[in-house]
Amino acid sequence: MSNIAATPAKTLPEHHYLNATYGIRSWLLTVDHKRIALLYLASVTLFFFIGGFFAMMIRLHLLTPSGYLLSADTYNRMFTMHGVAMIFFFLIPSIPAVLGNFFIPLMIGAKDLAFPRINLLSWYVYVVGALFTLYSMISGGLDTGWTFYTPLSTVYSNSAVAPAVIGVFITGFSSILTGLNFLVTIHTMRAPGMTWFRLPLFVWAHYATSIVMILGTPVVAITLALAGMERLFGLGFFNPAMGGDPILFQHLFWFYSHPAVYIMILPAMGVISELIATFARKQLFGYHFVAAASLAIAVIGFLVWAHHMFVTGQSTYAALAFSFLTFLVAIPSAVKVFNWAATLYGGSISFDTPMLYAFGFLGLFLIGGLTGLFLGCLGTDIHIHDTYFVVAHFHYIMVGGAIMGYLGGLHFWWPKMTGRMYPEWLARIAALILFVGFNLTFFPQFLLGYLGMPRRYHVYPPEFQVYNVMSTAGASILAIGYLLPMIYLTWAAFYGKVAGENPWPATGLEWKTPSPPPTENFPVTPVVTWEPYDFHHRPDLGLDPVSTHEIMPAHGDD
Amino acid sequence: MSEQEHQEHSEHIVPPTTYLAIILTLLFLTGTTVWAAFVNLGRFNIVVALVIATMKATLVVLFFMHAKYSPKRTKLIILAGIFWLAILLFMTLSDYISRVDYRGVRFPMTQVIQQLPAQRT
Amino acid sequence: MHRTGELYGQFKTLEQQKESASLGMWIFLITEVMFFGGIMLAYALNRHVYFPAFAAGSNTLSLKLGAFNTVVLLASSFTMAMAVWSSQVGKKNLIPIFLLLTITLGFVFFGVKYVEYSQKFEHHLVPGKKFDIFFCVNNPSSCPDVAPDELQEESKLLDEAKAADPDLNSHAQLYYSAYFGMTGLHALHMVIGVGLLLWLLKNSLAGKFTPQWNTPVDIVGLYWHFVDIVWIYLFPLLYLIDRHK
Repeated sequence: MSNIAATPAKTLPEHHYLNATYGIRSWLLTVDHKRIALLYLASVTLFFFIGGFFAMMIRLHLLTPSGYLLSADTYNRMFTMHGVAMIFFFLIPSIPAVLGNFFIPLMIGAKDLAFPRINLLSWYVYVVGALFTLYSMISGGLDTGWTFYTPLSTVYSNSAVAPAVIGVFITGFSSILTGLNFLVTIHTMRAPGMTWFRLPLFVWAHYATSIVMILGTPVVAITLALAGMERLFGLGFFNPAMGGDPILFQHLFWFYSHPAVYIMILPAMGVISELIATFARKQLFGYHFVAAASLAIAVIGFLVWAHHMFVTGQSTYAALAFSFLTFLVAIPSAVKVFNWAATLYGGSISFDTPMLYAFGFLGLFLIGGLTGLFLGCLGTDIHIHDTYFVVAHFHYIMVGGAIMGYLGGLHFWWPKMTGRMYPEWLARIAALILFVGFNLTFFPQFLLGYLGMPRRYHVYPPEFQVYNVMSTAGASILAIGYLLPMIYLTWAAFYGKVAGENPWPATGLEWKTPSPPPTENFPVTPVVTWEPYDFHHRPDLGLDPVSTHEIMPAHGDD
Repeated sequence: MSEQEHQEHSEHIVPPTTYLAIILTLLFLTGTTVWAAFVNLGRFNIVVALVIATMKATLVVLFFMHAKYSPKRTKLIILAGIFWLAILLFMTLSDYISRVDYRGVRFPMTQVIQQLPAQRT
Repeated sequence: MHRTGELYGQFKTLEQQKESASLGMWIFLITEVMFFGGIMLAYALNRHVYFPAFAAGSNTLSLKLGAFNTVVLLASSFTMAMAVWSSQVGKKNLIPIFLLLTITLGFVFFGVKYVEYSQKFEHHLVPGKKFDIFFCVNNPSSCPDVAPDELQEESKLLDEAKAADPDLNSHAQLYYSAYFGMTGLHALHMVIGVGLLLWLLKNSLAGKFTPQWNTPVDIVGLYWHFVDIVWIYLFPLLYLIDRHK
């Protein structure tokens, strides 16, 4: 990668959303979607640390087969709180509430979301829910597993179930409000010329995600409400002693919690589409198919939930149907992977940090997705259900997929959000460390699961120790891979090199406004006349127009 | 700009006479459902009750909530909501209804009162 | 800050703002459909499995009060629709009248619900340790509001139900879980609705709603009608399970 000729030094714009107003009230009472995104960034990062702490406890404990570190009861609380913190308070909000909130209005040419005050409300709802859950953690924690299965959670558990149930219930409304806001915004607030098929795929992905949030979250809300009422007031729907049915709880719970995983991955896929198009400097292959695939995943994702319940004694015929549908839901994901790969082919690829994360996503999501098929197949699931195979599968998707998407997106858009560029070489090294650490942590878990190590057990047979030690070693490396971006991104926000309007350059509307953007996003409402990811017909990007192959690869200003 | 096909919501103003007709119909249907409850239709009592309730709900949605005069998008949203509710109800109940054990005997969720407990040999 | 009726900053036209508000409310109502849907599923399953208990539970509810409440809510939907109409045609003085009627009918509903709920508490029909579906039959003096011939009827029905289901009392608790869960959730939504209506009333008295800008009336109306629809289903599902004996 060659350095380009010296360009005039860039400066930050004089007025932007960060310095428009000062003081804590201007942040806590803001209705600017960009500031709300940063409020979310702070909260989800806090919960990432909390979830990470519990993960550390799990991995340290599992260094030895007979569990010297924690008692069985405490271990149960560790993995439960790890799951609750990471899923409800980090993964589900992360990309939508941080990157979605910040960039959807910018990408469609709007001044803000449709309902800015509801946006702020959604953050406060998150905070209230978070406080209840933190109270649960501090007052001894929850030991039921993040899945709250009954009647353990409703009758027999001695842990702080009620505050956690209340906390997650409340936080669900944050999700619902965000989804509602996005759906209305995308329908009604697009700038002139921004037709549906000129929308960036990031926006399509969030549209699909919002559909899932709207239709799924209320079901987990009522489920947790009923479970909470059972625990507190003795209602009996899920209690066999009163004639209730624990499987009913599982049906209701997973009706949301399976689509929830699509809430976690669809936005990441949206980020990847942006990254691949930008850093292959090529129009995204099969744009319409990728957009349609997002919607297909959202819809079909609602039809597969009972694949979490194959061993519960449910009807074999229902299991067959759910298994078949599970295989079906893999298809749109595969369509996306093929389209991304086809975009790379013949593209002018550069290896900036966001692209490294995109590559990581491609490989790791592929492995995670394919291993899901083993789990979706009835016969093999009997063998690997509730083992570390499952744990590895979903971590490949959630961490190897969703978190890579999140970090890739953060790096890609950091210059826009802060006006400053992160240190490129340090970021690349961190991405590499993360990738190595991740695989070392979770690949052995596939082997452990296949060999029969159950999940959620605080002890294991001694012959599994080698893999567990590998996994813990990997987790330590992974931790470094996470800490580095936290440090240098924070540093870069204040001291990084000024990035300018469009450092990559990328084709989205968000790159046609100063970095950082002014509070009103666009001084004049843009009129859109170009197709998405169209590098050829965008003279404003300043690219060499001669030929595709001679175009210089994308890079930030080194 | 946004949706081209959008009709201004309040351009069509539903007259009070329509509302009057609807409320009278709703009251009539309420009376019908109470009367039907006293007729022994066995398993079909619930069907009749739900059909009448759905008719009432449809009238409220179409006229009181102006869905009949709303853009297509609104109608799509309503149908999507009903469809998703149907997914929740029918796919879950499909599990319970189709439970058959290895002998071909229908087995219950927890216990079904209509059958005697000692069904297994 | 802004005055009511003014365009909010993120919108370009009042039209866009109204469209967004309406779309937002419809989407929110869909979330409510799914929310109630969950408890409907629990009801549906348990009613199928424990039909005798559910029938017995349903017959302890007062059909008169339930039907009356249904009529009250339907009427309130009518008055709400008239309030929206008044705002659409610019009859500003009619808006508060219809809103007040709607609110009043709402309070009537609450009053009836209060009577019903307190009756359940007195008759030991609240799920928990003291639940006893046979309480009134065994202790007629503690249930003065139930007539002797009704008690006779109830006793007969309960004996039949117990023959079909030896665990009747335990399973009847599931019926009452559904009853309190569903009507309680519904009542909570109505309380919120009445709150919104009171806010509308205040603004309508100040003359804020015009044919150009009546969005709040419109969308609160949508919410209120939805709450009515939930009751339209709750009434037959809870009160009319097995009345034909």
